[in-house]
Amino acid sequence: MNIDQIVSKKEQTKVISSAPKRNSQFKKRLTILLFILPALIVYMIYVVYPIITTFNYSLFSWSGTQREKIFVGLTNYIQLFADSTFWMALKNNIKIVLVSVFVQIPLGLVMALILFSSIKGRKVFNVLYFLPYLMSTVAIGLLWIYMYDPVNGPVNRVLDIFGFSPVAWLADPILAMTSVLIVIVWQFAPFYMILFKAAMVGIPDELYEAADMDGANSFHKFVYITLPSLMPTIVTSSVLAVVGSLKAFDIFYIMTRGGPGHATEILGTYMYKQGFVNLNMGYASAIAFMMFLIAFVIVVLIQVIEYQRRKRGLLTP
Amino acid sequence: MNLMDIVKKVILYTLAIVLLFFTGYPFLYMIGTSFKSLNSFFESPLSIIPSQPTFEQYVSVFEMGLTRYFVNSILITVVSVIGIVFISALASYPLSRMSFKLNRPLLLFFVAGMMLPIHATLIPIFILTQDMGIYDTLWALLGPYIAFSLPVSIFILTQFMQEVPKELEEAAYIDGCGHFSIFWRIMLPLVVPAISTIVIYNFVFLWTEFIFALVLLSSPENMTLPLGLQNFYSEFSINIPGLMAALTLASLPILLLFVIAQNKVVKGLTGGAVKG
Repeated sequence: MNIDQIVSKKEQTKVISSAPKRNSQFKKRLTILLFILPALIVYMIYVVYPIITTFNYSLFSWSGTQREKIFVGLTNYIQLFADSTFWMALKNNIKIVLVSVFVQIPLGLVMALILFSSIKGRKVFNVLYFLPYLMSTVAIGLLWIYMYDPVNGPVNRVLDIFGFSPVAWLADPILAMTSVLIVIVWQFAPFYMILFKAAMVGIPDELYEAADMDGANSFHKFVYITLPSLMPTIVTSSVLAVVGSLKAFDIFYIMTRGGPGHATEILGTYMYKQGFVNLNMGYASAIAFMMFLIAFVIVVLIQVIEYQRRKRGLLTP
Repeated sequence: MNLMDIVKKVILYTLAIVLLFFTGYPFLYMIGTSFKSLNSFFESPLSIIPSQPTFEQYVSVFEMGLTRYFVNSILITVVSVIGIVFISALASYPLSRMSFKLNRPLLLFFVAGMMLPIHATLIPIFILTQDMGIYDTLWALLGPYIAFSLPVSIFILTQFMQEVPKELEEAAYIDGCGHFSIFWRIMLPLVVPAISTIVIYNFVFLWTEFIFALVLLSSPENMTLPLGLQNFYSEFSINIPGLMAALTLASLPILLLFVIAQNKVVKGLTGGAVKG
């Protein structure tokens, strides 16, 4: 049998089976669609459509209570770029990222290391370190408002024992941001601790045993074995911290409402206030769409870096 | 044991205990204070162990209407989680097990939602909810809650479903099972661990969800717990033990979950973070 024959035979069978095949192909597609449809509908209505609409709204001046909208083009964006509060909020969001990456994640790592050391009562430490992460953010905010209370709050009472005068932590424009950031560290360090713990379980004991035989001390073991093994987790954590910082809202809204002044304003609180308090829905939509764009750019950047890293990983044996 | 070892031990224990104080004290303070009477609170405000434990704060918290918020939160959380499990499991099945052209792009399209700041959707959802006539009802939360839980749920489920051996499906197919019965009788029972992960993850996320509730609800009788707590605060700002009782109660379901299934909760909470 030569090639022509094979081809023609193939064609023949194709012709014969094409009708039921198309039918089964259609059935398969229908099945796939039926499975995905509920998710697709909900996702389209509540995620995709709103993002497009947010951009649309951002081109108008309107209050949200009245249905009339005045088309203003990019005016809201021009105004936004000249708005010092917007830049202040963005700067505060960046502060959250920096504190997450340089305080929270290292602290989580230290906590995980403690839990992996030969310390007594590790189980107790394990549970107590983790507990803050189990509380709802609103409850955490309200708890810490009281912790920071200028008169009765435990923070000032402890300071008082050591002879310091009381401080109005959340009402002081200079201290407010730091005070809230401490609470964020309190809430999320345990999360990174758990991630590191999970990664540390995966490091093979043989590596440490071999290092012991070579006479390595614990510092060497940390630098040459533990840290390199945890690198992927550190990268993942940093990505989560960057992306997560844009989502910050609850703790700032509860504890300071962005104040005093705009000292603790972040993009989320500013957007909420402009939209739902000042009823500048168009302007708020512009802030919201900027938040989307920033998130989008960050995610694309991360993907590109990840792709480059993987490509390099493939080239080097 | 040489001097170096002792120094190391001292540093380690000091660090561990300082951190213990930082993480543990506020938390234990909240629980301890909630069992104090107002008088004993003023006598020793810094202690975490009440001298004469009392439940009076819990009683007054319920009398002030916390029950309503509790019931609302339980209702919306349970209904949403059931919806999320069902819808995300359905979608994950073809995305991970059936090959078609849009497999990867669709999965990416869903999972991309994980990176999205909720604020970017807030105003349109607010308007949409009013247009649908469900503003200020618990129904208003159902759509956003399910939609914003889909990305992480689909992400976890597809990862898990990919691991299931092909032979099981093929055997069922030969026995005459359709896709739906394969999904229902074979796939779902096999991915129960992943389902428990997404149940825990979404339960915690929705139990503490604040911003959608803030924007979509307005009357106190419709409020969920996080939103209600906030209102509560103004009334309780003088009665600190009462406030602490309310905060403890609000955290209780997750705490209980943690006590019952510690490892599962840890896995669930970190489920969206670590690639499987």
